[in-house]
Amino acid sequence: MARESRLYKFRLALKNNKFRFGFGLLLFFIIFAIIGPLFTPFAGDGLYYEKLPGSNMEVATYSTRTLPPMTRETLITYSGRHVEVLHILGTDKLGRDVYAQLVYGLRTSLWIATLAAIIGTLLGITIGFVAGYRGGLTDELLMMFVNIMLVIPSIVLLILVAAYLEARSPEIQALIIGLTGWPWVARAVRSQTLSLKNREFVNLARLAGLSDLRIIFGEIMPNMISYIFMVGILQFSGAILASATLDFIGLGPTTAVSLGTILQKAIAHNALQFGWWWWFIPPGLIITLIITALFFINLGMEEVFNPRLRRGGE
Amino acid sequence: MSLLEIRDLKIYYRTPRGPVKAVDGVSFDVREGEVFGIAGESGCGKSTLVHSLILRKPPMFHAGGEAIFKGKDLMKLSEEEARKIRYTELSIIPQYAMNALNPTKKIKDIVWDLAREHGYEDRSEVEGLLRERLAMVKLSPKVADMYPVELSGGMRQRATMVVSTLLNPDLLIADEVTSALDVTTQRVVIELLHHFMEEGIVKSIIFVTHDLALLDKIADRTMILYAGKVAEIAPTEEMISSPAHPYTKLLLESLPKIGVRYKETKLNGIPGYPISLLNPPKGCRFYTRCPYVMDRCREEEPPLVEVGDDHYAACHLLGGENQ
Amino acid sequence: MSELLKVEHLTKVFTSGLIGGYEIKAVDDVSFEVKPGEIVSLVGESGSGKTTVGKLILRLLTPTSGRILFEGEDITGFSKKRLKSDYYRKVQAVFQDPFASFNPLHIVDRAFYLVFSSFLPEVGAEEREEMINEALRNVGLNPAEVRGKYPHQLSGGQLQRILIARALLVKPKLLIADEAVSMLDASTRIDVLNLLGDFRDKYGTSVLFVTHDLALGYYISDSTIIMYRGTIVEMGDTERVFHNPLHPYTQMLLESVPDINVKWEFRGIEPEKEEGTVYAIEGCRYAPRCPKAKDVCFKVRPRLVEVEKNHWVACHLYGG
Repeated sequence: MARESRLYKFRLALKNNKFRFGFGLLLFFIIFAIIGPLFTPFAGDGLYYEKLPGSNMEVATYSTRTLPPMTRETLITYSGRHVEVLHILGTDKLGRDVYAQLVYGLRTSLWIATLAAIIGTLLGITIGFVAGYRGGLTDELLMMFVNIMLVIPSIVLLILVAAYLEARSPEIQALIIGLTGWPWVARAVRSQTLSLKNREFVNLARLAGLSDLRIIFGEIMPNMISYIFMVGILQFSGAILASATLDFIGLGPTTAVSLGTILQKAIAHNALQFGWWWWFIPPGLIITLIITALFFINLGMEEVFNPRLRRGGE
Repeated sequence: MSLLEIRDLKIYYRTPRGPVKAVDGVSFDVREGEVFGIAGESGCGKSTLVHSLILRKPPMFHAGGEAIFKGKDLMKLSEEEARKIRYTELSIIPQYAMNALNPTKKIKDIVWDLAREHGYEDRSEVEGLLRERLAMVKLSPKVADMYPVELSGGMRQRATMVVSTLLNPDLLIADEVTSALDVTTQRVVIELLHHFMEEGIVKSIIFVTHDLALLDKIADRTMILYAGKVAEIAPTEEMISSPAHPYTKLLLESLPKIGVRYKETKLNGIPGYPISLLNPPKGCRFYTRCPYVMDRCREEEPPLVEVGDDHYAACHLLGGENQ
Repeated sequence: MSELLKVEHLTKVFTSGLIGGYEIKAVDDVSFEVKPGEIVSLVGESGSGKTTVGKLILRLLTPTSGRILFEGEDITGFSKKRLKSDYYRKVQAVFQDPFASFNPLHIVDRAFYLVFSSFLPEVGAEEREEMINEALRNVGLNPAEVRGKYPHQLSGGQLQRILIARALLVKPKLLIADEAVSMLDASTRIDVLNLLGDFRDKYGTSVLFVTHDLALGYYISDSTIIMYRGTIVEMGDTERVFHNPLHPYTQMLLESVPDINVKWEFRGIEPEKEEGTVYAIEGCRYAPRCPKAKDVCFKVRPRLVEVEKNHWVACHLYGG
């Protein structure tokens, strides 16, 4: 019976161990993606760039061997300098630094997932909200569209669109994923809206002469925020997986490294058979851990927002 | 003879801010062959009390006292023992009885699963009994072969009550079974419970409700709970004709009756709101709202004293120094 | 024109789905009046359409057909703007669930502020605060105890009082109280109900008290309307309807009310009557359950006839 304020819920969330674990893990990866490059002299593609004196040109240098993690090596650059470097996670078949690729790949993957989640969630919220709030024919037609989108396997759509585009930036990939991920959000948001718009406080707001816009943004939307947040997290974890899947079948971004493309290259070069575990285990592990973190965040939030799970009912 | 003896029972809820003392030292008996009514406002502990007899799941916990049912303390039963007596000796009709049956199973399968768990082996015998009981509540025996969703709300209500009482429990607990119902359906439920008693299918019933007028129709004796404590226990008729505790008195006076209208006689409620059970003050729990409050009431908790034949109340106005 | 509100042949059909959906006539040809300063209780069980009638009058739903005349004007054609600027100053409501009636994210004071910003924008901040405190004191609340609190920090009774204070701040001519006290405990319920009576006495506010509880309806109202499955079966002066119920449904309903003063006798269990597609019945909707039903009851819908002064009933037993 007791209703709780949002602030109280947020504090409860921070006390929930599952939420703390998931949130901590995710935060760790985000921070890692941000500061990770500080620990390596290599650029995102795993090469060592040297700026030529007196010009703006940069020339890449790289190792010639596939080295295991924590190997020190002396590179001879284009200008003949000797540079000692540390390959934290070794190098790949082509001699590129794996750690650098991993850190930048993580950045790309998180960026793609964030962007895709935002696109998918926004699109889903808008469509679901309009359908639920307007009702009638609008609802009927929009939901028909949503259902059609739901029955088309989104992976097929993803593959088709991705294969059609020759040059793919991370943003394009995010757009593709976002455009296929929204129908679930729309359905969920619609049902939430349906239940909220018939709540008595919404009726009373109408009787108090509030305009539709004020009712939508002042009364209904704020009550959906926690829910939208959870949906967004689900979209995020879906996007991580979808992006990895696309990358893995060779349809990843062509202009940047991502976690999935590292994996794809590793498999393409038979890293498994040669035992170059440092090439494919770290990206695989990171993908798994991010998904796990998101899972725990959702689990924790579910417990906080659904008092019945928290207290076992009365 | 008592079927159930509750002695100083304490059932609390664990919360981050300390225990909520939902039931705090309650004692009463349920005798064989009677309908025992429990009434009180929301949050008085009536629901907690009866549910604790069947199943205590966290954060609810047993903080003291005993509940002796047929010689066994319900508070000390193992899970296995508790499961065994459920339905066969002690049964409960859930609050939303209309929706309590698994919609994906036929009524007869629901019943058979239940009976088998309690050691019944002859399926045709159990189904025969089910059809007999369905006929008793004026439902077609065909209902046994139907899914709950195929029944109307009223029929589901009856079917659920048949299922809850099929194994002839000695004590049946009905927790707010009528509060979500229309008055006409409510009447049918009362009629059914009365019939179960008459036929000897159940020996005693604990009927929990917030509606005192309803207890007047069905309960032989009634207990009024207030904020986790017993305010008064008496034969229902006597309680309604001569209530002893100020709370009972005021509550009865606030009930609307046909014949009393706002224009002529204005009824009055009880001012104020119940106290928090998180940190209940010492003394009588009703003193914050009681018009007869004395200094003693704030300091000392009134004991339950006999104020008439089989009539008990806990109030300093009624004496109790010599108890 | 003596009536404040006049409902004529009001009908609301709910349809499910565009294609292959079914129809439910939740409110079917309902006509009644509310006079100024009158308390009318609209009594019915679940599925009777009583709440729908309330929502139609509040224009939270749009009727399928029929007219709703308020002060002689048909409000079914009012634009949203007209509703806001004019109608809702005169017609307000209190709903069943006090907890659902407040936006859980805001303090309860906001309920008042919304009313002020829409209907009383000219009132200065200081005067506004005083008016809110005054309104709260009028409903028996101590402003210091409730102001600045979140809904979950207050009890249902307190919240419902705040809602009544809010509704009465604009001094409406008609208040729709939809099951306004049914979620409250017995000990607080009657005082909240008394508030409605007090305000009628003080300001002449008419009240449409929508309820399933006959005893409460009897206690507070001047006239009573009994609904069954979308139709009015009986209406009129409260005393007449309760002491001389004519429709078999009203009779059965009254017998089922547990009343401290009335003894029940146990009659044995009666078979559950199939209702099935009751909303599609051409004749009287109570016919399938009615012990006195004749052939004509299933075929022809009985009309409301005035059997005695200010006592109407729709039943073939009384002409119809």
